Order: sequence, then structure tokens, then C-alpha cells
Amino acid sequence: MADIKYRKGKTPHKREYRLIFRNIDREGWDPSLATYEADGGYQMAKKGLAMQPGEITDEVKASGLRGRGGAGFPTGVKWTFIPPHNTKPVYLICNCDESEPGTFKDRYIVHQDPHQLIEGMILSSYAVGAHVAYIYIREEFPEGARILETAIAEAREKSYLGKGIFGSDFDLEIYVHRGAGAYICGEETGLIESLEGKRPYPRIKPPYFPAALGLYMSPTIVNNVESLCHVKHILEMGGEAYARLGTPRNTGTRILCVSGDIKKPGYFEVEVGKVTLGELIYDICGGLKEGRKLKAVIPGGSSAKVLRADERFIINQGDEKVEIGVEDIPMDFDTLMACGSMAGSGGVIIMDDSRSMSWVLNNINHFYAHESCGQCTPCREGTLWMQKITDRITNGSASPEDVETLKSVADNIEGKTICAFGEAASWPVQSFIAKFHDELVADTDEANADSVVTPEGMLATADLK
Amino acid sequence: MDVKKELLEKIDEAITHYPESKRSATLPLLHLFQEEHGYINDETVEWIADKLGLEPINVLELVTFYPGFRQSAPGKFHIRVCRTLSCAMAGSEELMEALCEKAGIDRSGVSHHHPIAVGKDGKFSIEFAECLASCGTGPVCLVNDDFYEEITPMNAGKLLKKYN
Repeated sequence: MADIKYRKGKTPHKREYRLIFRNIDREGWDPSLATYEADGGYQMAKKGLAMQPGEITDEVKASGLRGRGGAGFPTGVKWTFIPPHNTKPVYLICNCDESEPGTFKDRYIVHQDPHQLIEGMILSSYAVGAHVAYIYIREEFPEGARILETAIAEAREKSYLGKGIFGSDFDLEIYVHRGAGAYICGEETGLIESLEGKRPYPRIKPPYFPAALGLYMSPTIVNNVESLCHVKHILEMGGEAYARLGTPRNTGTRILCVSGDIKKPGYFEVEVGKVTLGELIYDICGGLKEGRKLKAVIPGGSSAKVLRADERFIINQGDEKVEIGVEDIPMDFDTLMACGSMAGSGGVIIMDDSRSMSWVLNNINHFYAHESCGQCTPCREGTLWMQKITDRITNGSASPEDVETLKSVADNIEGKTICAFGEAASWPVQSFIAKFHDELVADTDEANADSVVTPEGMLATADLK
Repeated sequence: MDVKKELLEKIDEAITHYPESKRSATLPLLHLFQEEHGYINDETVEWIADKLGLEPINVLELVTFYPGFRQSAPGKFHIRVCRTLSCAMAGSEELMEALCEKAGIDRSGVSHHHPIAVGKDGKFSIEFAECLASCGTGPVCLVNDDFYEEITPMNAGKLLKKYN
């Protein structure tokens, strides 16, 4: 990377390993095809199309790549779920709905390096046998959608897309499809419904696993922007070499997005698990603001369970059990899960001791109440109840019992909905109550005890206009 | 309803993106009309339904579901301020107040079903949006399609002056 110059003030931190973000903020870089090709772009796609599709899938499996959108499911394994004797058309969908609060990585890929994504999609489409692929981009990236459309037109012009690409007999069209501001479209089956021109109500799995019954009931692979970009680098390096990046079971690099109460927020591409949360906060991001102490961290987008600064965890390290603190957690998939949270989409939100946890939770509750699609009753009603309860806690009209009511509402959403939005909405509430119970109760007032409101009561007095 | 030739060409091109099902073109068509007219009215809903061989309700149910579609005219310049956690921590509430004050917009009538407030002169309209995916540079906002980062309340006036 020594020969790459970055724009002033944008030089990557020395702990970074830039693979996907190699060209982000690069001096003299622009999103054109000419620039991308001059840098060796599309060479891998040309080589890849001379391989057997199954060989590409095997490399991706060997790489150990886990999806970068949130669930961390192995990408290569996902591809093999397409039924073996399938006769229907196969679709590839790039999930560019980037909407998990705290996450802002796909934005930079789309705006600054769109051809990297297209190259990754060509290789992935070839591997899974898709001849039509869609990029589902959130409506709030209007410029991003235009950049992608321009990039696709440029690639088509050179026959890198369309009929018989790179002189092979492989055909591929990629289309940009804009969403319209709904978080639920990041959920893959909701996204598919949206792409079919319907309300994005998620489908129930089983039977609607997209790899078997996806878009138009055909086999469909939905992958995150970052995951698709990794495919190109996996093939360049070879799956085994790629798997040596990062740590076992948590291979490769990933982009961590840091925001909140921190001196230097931003995006940092690091080897998975090679940087601890403490190193991320203090070495890479310059630490907390002057005179402030760490209070809490949401490590993987707003749905991830919150970590309290003084928590201790027992984790397996090899055959040994060791006790670690929050700042010792390596930023990988498995350790964060062992610590009761998740790596999710890589969005790390830092909170210092000036923050009221009631206020933070209320903000999160407003988000989920707004974004619930309304299909399942526990989620549609429950998210709004949770928002109303934290509204009361923050405006001083809650009674101490409200905190228990809040927990019971969350407990009755989790596991009772069609899609994982129910968990996404209830995990913040459950974890904030588990870890900041006394602070939430302290924000309530005994004097309000007479006005205690239960879910049943709320329903009875609901504004039914 | 009169649809301009250029718009019609864009519509017909968009439909070709979905060889399997014309219904998939509903969202793209709604976007094209909203870009043209600023919002979606009943006539547009019926026109799209007719074009794609759908019932009007199939189109209307999308307009009412997706926050990105509007059923009444916004201002000439429509502002969306990110309300979600990282931007809120960086001061998006204060930014909203400053923008409203400078643009002369009263948000007291805003509700879940009517999230947009329009200034008296119709120049600016404003609403809170959920996460705009730029959490490291909050508070952020969109003015029509233009994206702005690290907009402090003090810069609210300067931002509005860019639009005339």
C-alpha cells in the first residue's frame, strides 16, 4: 500500500488493512471506469469467467467470508443453498439498503468505488448462475444511485455487462433499484417483496429461504455490498490466503464504523479480530473527548446489545477460559457473540459518562417504532408501547414500575415475529434494562405511581382516531 | 393525465428492467413522478396502476407505506434532518430548531402521519428522517438530493442561503 497516496487528513491508520477501502479517499481517484481499469480493475472478472462457477464458490467457501450485512452467515455456504437441480432463473441482489443506525461503510464504496462492486457482482453472478442482478439501494443515496447507473452504463459500453461479457458466453444485466426510505427493506425477504413492487412485509422462513424461493419465487442470493466486494479480493488472493487474514473462523478484513462520543469518528478497515475494542477506541479513534470516561458501547449497529464499560466476560481462548473486560474484546463475530452482543453490521456507537441512558434508549425506541413494518402484532404494537414508555421516562412522567413493564413488552416481542426485526427492536431495551436498570429507575418518580400505565391500559385508552 | 414525452420514455425504459414482472416497476415509476411533480396524487396513482396492469390500491398502499413518498406538495427545497442516535448525539434536534427558525417553519402540527412541515412562503419544507447512514459526520441532512455533513446549528443560515 506504500505507493498509494490518500487525500490530506485521510491517510488510513497504521493498524488498518485496506482491501475494500483501498481506493477510498485516494489522491487522484474518481469513480470512473477509466480510473478503475488503469488500476488493474476488471482483470479479476476476466480471469474469473474462465474458471468454472463452482471453483469460484469453492474459493469463497475456503476464504471463510462471513456476510458483512449483520448476520455474519458464511457467504459461500449461502450460495450453495440454491437447489441443485434448479431450472428457474437465478437472481443476485446486492443489498445496498445500508440503514442499520451506526453503519456507514457501503456509502463510500458506492460513491467512490462503484466499479469494485460491479466487478464483485459479475464474479458472484457467474458463480451462482444469475443473468439478472439488482442493486437495491436506499432512496436516501440519490447521488449514489446516479453514480451506480453511470458506472453500469460505462461497463455496458465496453461489453463488461450485457451479452457475452468479456467475449465469454456469459450474459449479465445489472439494474439499480431504489428503495423508498424503509429500514425493513434491509431484511432480505422484505427487500425481495419490495423489489416485486409490494409492501416490504418479510416472508416467513421456512419455506421462503431466498436461495430456494426468492425473487418471483426463484432462487435468489442476497448479499451485502461489502461482502460482494470481498469476492473479488478473495479470488485475487486465493481463498486460503484470504483466510489467513483475520483470525480463525473470523477471516478477512472488515470495515468498522465508529460514531458517537469519540475524538475521531470514522471508518476503519481492519483484520477481523486483530483489533480490540479498547485499541479501536483509544489508539485508532484517539480516545474519548477531554475529561470524559467510557460509559457504554453499542458494538454492531443499534440492534446489537449494549455493553457497559465495567462489564467482565468469561470467554474461551483456545482450551482456556479467560476473563476479559469490555476494552479487551477482539472485534470479531464469535467473541462479541460470546459476550452477549454481536458484531452485526460493524457500526460501533460510543457513549461517554455525559449521556443519559434513558435518552439514548428512547432515541433507539423511536427508530424501531417508526420502522416496524406492522405485519406482526407484537412488533407493531410493542415497539410503539416501548417508545411511549421511554418517552415518559425521559419527560419525567414515568413511575418506577414502568421499567418492568418496558421489559415485559420487549420480552413479548422477541421470538414472536416473522423476521428478526422483533429481536432488533427488543435487544436494545432488554440490554439497557439489564445493564442500566438503576439509572432508568432513577429517571422515574414514585410520585407518578398512581398513573402507572400497563399495556392493557394503554390499549384501552389508545387514541383510536 | 398528460405525461411529458421525456418522462414517458424514462418510464418505458424503467419497465424493461423487470422482464419477469411489470409490477416491480411500481417503485421506480413513483420515484419518476415524484421527481417531476414533487409528490404523488390520486391521478398519478391511477395512471401508474393502469400502465402496469394493477389495481390503484396496489400503488396507493406503497405510497402510504414508504416514508420516501409524499402525498402533498413539499417546499421548493425539501430538507431531511437525520434524527437517529449518532446524529442526535451530535445535535440534530438543535439543528432542526435552528433550520426551522431561519426558514420560518412551524413544526407544531407535525405528527406520525403528517411528518412534513412547509414554510408559509413554500420555499422550504422540513422533516426528520431516520438514519441517513453517515453516522461519523453528524448531524447530517439532505436538501432535495444534496447531502450535507457536520452541519451545526450555527451553520443553518449559511446552508439555507445556498438555495434561492
